[in-house]
Amino acid sequence: MPIIDWANFTPINSLLGGVCIGLAATIMFMANGRIMGISGILGDIISFKEKDQISWRIVFVLGVLMGPFVYLLMFQDFKSEMVADTTLLIQAGLLVGLGTSIGSGCTSGHGICGISRLSIRSTVATFIFVISGIATVYFIGGKP
Amino acid sequence: MINLIIICFAGILFGFGLTLSGMLDPSKVQAFLDITRNWDPSLIFVMVGGIIITFIGYYFILKRQSPLFSDVFHIPVHKHIDKNLIGGSALFGIGWGLGGLCPGPALGIMSYNFIPALIFMSAMLIGLFIGRKFK
Repeated sequence: MPIIDWANFTPINSLLGGVCIGLAATIMFMANGRIMGISGILGDIISFKEKDQISWRIVFVLGVLMGPFVYLLMFQDFKSEMVADTTLLIQAGLLVGLGTSIGSGCTSGHGICGISRLSIRSTVATFIFVISGIATVYFIGGKP
Repeated sequence: MINLIIICFAGILFGFGLTLSGMLDPSKVQAFLDITRNWDPSLIFVMVGGIIITFIGYYFILKRQSPLFSDVFHIPVHKHIDKNLIGGSALFGIGWGLGGLCPGPALGIMSYNFIPALIFMSAMLIGLFIGRKFK
């Protein structure tokens, strides 16, 4: 029987965080007409795709690294509890990298940007990775 | 140069938004996917907020001839739902469930929880590289 975890429910923060992510995607699209997909941007950097486009990609990555620092400056701390040990982190990382490159996108590229431009492919992809994630957590047992 | 400053700002806003939303907390991501037990549905609101803003933003921007600093909009052209899309997304979901991290948060969390994030990120970059060769 599903139980909602009200103690950790943060709809307002999550919604406002989503709004920031949406604004970031909008700003990027307005600036250079690119989809803000992190797996794509990282993959393009490491595979040297479109060499003349590497600077904005690196600058964006640096910005993402700075984002949590800005948050820390404003709100002192945030919660981040790892759920995997080293072995599992390696396995999960490999799967995320393989999956997002073969599937052409991740939560940001398909889930936010793709659905927002009403892409059927992205909607299907998002549905599949969410269901697959739910099934995985179901089988490994989730948080006690 | 102004282009890069704007893109950097977008990156900061993205990283800030991920932090505020709770996406940088793998235990919260797992609780979001754990719908049959102790379900924390908060992260649905990240998608709702993100999609509403991006949908409106894209709608108005696409009325323009071009973006500010490029000649054209770079929009994916593939339309087919193929084996790669389905299989890749299913693999990604497994990894997402196991580690509670997807690419954006994995990047953002490097500034906070460096060692585990670096381990995940290294494996993810190897996966990204191999996956592109395979495709």
